[in-house]
Amino acid sequence: MSTSKYETVVGLEVHVELHTKTKIFCGCSTEFGAPPNTHTCPVCLGHPGVLPVLNRQAVDYAMKAAMALNCEIGDVSKFDRKNYFYPDSPKAYQISQYDQPIGLNGYIDIEVDGKTKRIGITRLHLEEDAGKLTHVDGGYASLVDFNRVGTPLVEIVSEPDISSPEEARAYLEKLRAIMLYCDVSDVKMEEGSMRCDANISLRPHGQKELGTRAELKNMNSFRGVVRGLEYEQFRQAEILDEGGEVVQETRRWDETQGKTFSMRGKEEAHDYRYFPDPDLVTLHIDQAWKDRIRASIPELPDARKARYTSEYGLPEYDAGVITSSKALADLFESSLAYTKDAKAVSNWIMGDLLGYLNSNSLELSDVKLTGQGLGEMIGLLEKGTISSKIAKTVFKEMLQSGKLPQQIVEEQGLVQISDEGAILAIVQEVVANNPASVEDYKAGKEKAIGFLVGQVMKQSKGKANPGLVNKLLVDVLKG
Amino acid sequence: MSIQTKDVEHVAKLARLHLTDDEREMFTEQLNAILQYAEKLNELNTDDIAPTTHVLHLSNVMREDEVKESLPPEMVFRNAPDEEDGQFKVPAVLE
Amino acid sequence: MALFDLRLQEIHNRLHNKELSVSDLVGEAFAKIREYDGKIGAYLTLNEEGARAEASRLDAKLAQGEARGLLFGLPVGVKDNMVTEGLLTTCGSQFLKNYDPIYDATVVTKLKEAEAVTIGKLNMDEFAMGGSNENSSFHPVRNPWDVNRVPGGSSGGSAAAVAAGEAFFTLGSDTGGSIRQPASYCGVVGLKPTYGRVSRFGLVAFASSLDQIGPITKNVEDAAYVLQAIAGHDPKDSTSANVDVPDYLSALTGDIAGLRIAVPKEYLDGVDPQVKASVMEALRVLEGLGAVWEEVSLPHTEYAVAAYYLLASSEASSNLSRFDGVRYGVRADHAGSLLDLYYDSRSQGFGPEVKRRIMLGTYALSSGYYDAYYLKAQKVRTLIKQDFDQTFANYDVIIGPTAPTTAFPLGSQVDDPLTMYLNDILTIPVSLAGVPAVSVPCGFAKGLPVGLQIIGKPFDENTILRVAHAFEASTDHHKQRPAL
Repeated sequence: MSTSKYETVVGLEVHVELHTKTKIFCGCSTEFGAPPNTHTCPVCLGHPGVLPVLNRQAVDYAMKAAMALNCEIGDVSKFDRKNYFYPDSPKAYQISQYDQPIGLNGYIDIEVDGKTKRIGITRLHLEEDAGKLTHVDGGYASLVDFNRVGTPLVEIVSEPDISSPEEARAYLEKLRAIMLYCDVSDVKMEEGSMRCDANISLRPHGQKELGTRAELKNMNSFRGVVRGLEYEQFRQAEILDEGGEVVQETRRWDETQGKTFSMRGKEEAHDYRYFPDPDLVTLHIDQAWKDRIRASIPELPDARKARYTSEYGLPEYDAGVITSSKALADLFESSLAYTKDAKAVSNWIMGDLLGYLNSNSLELSDVKLTGQGLGEMIGLLEKGTISSKIAKTVFKEMLQSGKLPQQIVEEQGLVQISDEGAILAIVQEVVANNPASVEDYKAGKEKAIGFLVGQVMKQSKGKANPGLVNKLLVDVLKG
Repeated sequence: MSIQTKDVEHVAKLARLHLTDDEREMFTEQLNAILQYAEKLNELNTDDIAPTTHVLHLSNVMREDEVKESLPPEMVFRNAPDEEDGQFKVPAVLE
Repeated sequence: MALFDLRLQEIHNRLHNKELSVSDLVGEAFAKIREYDGKIGAYLTLNEEGARAEASRLDAKLAQGEARGLLFGLPVGVKDNMVTEGLLTTCGSQFLKNYDPIYDATVVTKLKEAEAVTIGKLNMDEFAMGGSNENSSFHPVRNPWDVNRVPGGSSGGSAAAVAAGEAFFTLGSDTGGSIRQPASYCGVVGLKPTYGRVSRFGLVAFASSLDQIGPITKNVEDAAYVLQAIAGHDPKDSTSANVDVPDYLSALTGDIAGLRIAVPKEYLDGVDPQVKASVMEALRVLEGLGAVWEEVSLPHTEYAVAAYYLLASSEASSNLSRFDGVRYGVRADHAGSLLDLYYDSRSQGFGPEVKRRIMLGTYALSSGYYDAYYLKAQKVRTLIKQDFDQTFANYDVIIGPTAPTTAFPLGSQVDDPLTMYLNDILTIPVSLAGVPAVSVPCGFAKGLPVGLQIIGKPFDENTILRVAHAFEASTDHHKQRPAL
């Protein structure tokens, strides 16, 4: 086992479901989770005589996605039939795009180990999704639900520019972020609105021609993709080390066994017999149409990141993390309407917020924090209304209830005590009650003051201004 | 280009058709006759000719993204050879 | 004059004048069906109960003065490849012998809106593949002029029903001649409109880029009348043309003075001498009406049949893939695996001609052959279309025979598909070019009808109808009825 002898070459084919209201070629709803076959009609059931009519929104979304991936948008695009029999494909052909896809020759930049790498995108095309099969009767029969059939998909094919499982993950994360920024899809791998197949091959370092590749399927999470590729890297290296030959085939990733298995026998040699679909007409995409779609694309992660470092002085790393998610970046920016301290906002997001989300396996959409809440909380901190300790309590409360900090502070009586007289009274009481510590301090054990500060804070229920407590304690002890 | 029995078998497989021995022989003969006749097209130089997929020069025919009512189950399954739990039933996909 | 011999407009007027009831008309149609269809075999499914109920409903409307539909009360037969919700639609195939459609084709909706009464579904070559109706997987149709001869195909039932008086008018579909050739063989009028003129939504696809629905009628006026009701843009058909539908009846002026007619020499080569004689006589009639004709050349005519069979079969191989036994249609018994289900259902459900074309089309599209066959045929299609474009730059219509011969005896060509395909040599180029054409009776050869094909510019159905109507008004061929 010596993967280091070999260079890994990976290309990814990613399918992303576009979140149109209706299917690509009929008016049935694309809503997820409806009872089986309740979102079907003669068209998507492939009844005799039906004809497809293209959903304009699907084309707009596909163009938007393609532009965001830096693709060239052709002036002419068309639809072709991909012929194959399978029970989840009602017409026994899938309407797809063969030689004139919506987008060609794009790229995205990914970052791995602090280095930027450009991954080419061969093409982006529009097509229809298939139905869903469930196996029953101990595997002797299958049930078909056609609700999903006809959901618009874009297939995004990368160049074989990816050299490691980690790069594959970075590519997918970036792709997902861009789709979310463009608001064309939910891109949830777990729900199947983003799906990934991979082509992977190894070759000795320095060798020019590519090795024989395997196509990996059934990787249902980012982690699955990384593990599947890692396993396949290992498997192929072992074969090559033993002087064997990798077989070109499709392999299925088994998540529970952590292995890939050949799907040989289930896939005969394909001959899809692509030809232009005579039921659909050509798309002529003029400049005005392109301009309209281009204008709808928001600032994308790379541009935002650059702006966060230059405009707000955020560290590269922080800017990268925040802009990797549109939701985080939007939260960051909306906070700035309430505070000028961008760095503080960034720190709260990077620290408390992401810490909380990660340790509880939550998404930002699962918590109720708002930009206004975060911004105003930082304002209260700046003014000294709350201490940083109180701020942590307020922050947790905001995550759960979504209330604004002022309200939380008032409801829970969390306002910081900055009244010198009130604090002095507590300080004097603590000094009087802790003669041993006072002695230690006077004997030069400066650390003893920490205990005394703690006692004051405890008595004030954490509300005393820690700066004032320190100052007054020193005054009293030295006085 | 002459079509052999094995080509006919391959095509039948792609089209999911079983052929009897007689059919296989008949189709090999008939397809050969038809394809031989089609060789005629090679008398024409079409290097600079664009293909015609549609005689009408229509483009950008699209509909708005508006939800239309789907079918009630009795219509969906009116012709279903086999149905179970609101789904179409088929023999196992995996062999 | 027999009820059946009245023009549709006359019948319409008599209904409005309460001289006739819809029930009379429907009763007449079923009486004729009972009398003749045992011999002819034009129908696959009758809608007698439904049609009689509809007739009563319409008669009630008539009594209240609420008859508004363009085709109000007129009994129509529909080729069995147009889906009719709740009325079996078999496409002449065992595969769909029990198919009970869950929606109406757009033309069927239009017939309903026009308040026509569907009396039944008409026999056809299986999936519209054939030119003799012998490929129906139920029973052949016989030609009313000679029951030992074919009625032509694939709309054989649609043409024979009109010729035998079993329907006041019918709808057929034409992919390579399937309306015009049977109209010619049966001595009736058959109109294939411009591709895109009539919606294909709900027409079970044979070759999507060629299929077009049109009327088969006793006379030209009726064809114009029916076209008016079924033509027009349909948002459910992306290939439906969004162009205005003119008033077809007002085009029937009888005036063709100065009309420029092109007669392609390729359309007269090798046709039956008696057919040719009838066509030449027809040209003399048109000349007498003030038209002028000249011989022209459509040089790519001889390539049309080859290009057509590659293209139509390729599209068909894909269109017919949906017949897999999963959601509808006949599923083979005892299929243990999915592959068995596919193979058995399709092998048992399709007849030999359908299998032959699926095989040809699958081959033409398959890896390594696409460029040589499919793409080549698409390019030749361009050349054929150019032939028409160039001719129409100088002429108003193109005229020739509809078919090289009259109806041939049943069983005489079934073993030789290529010869059968060559019967379509005069109708196929028109289909490839997507232009409109009408076949009108222009004489008889040994007692069998001969059809004259009048071909027009895209969306200029008006001119071909005007010419056909003027010709018809000067002749009596369309008034001849077979002795049944």
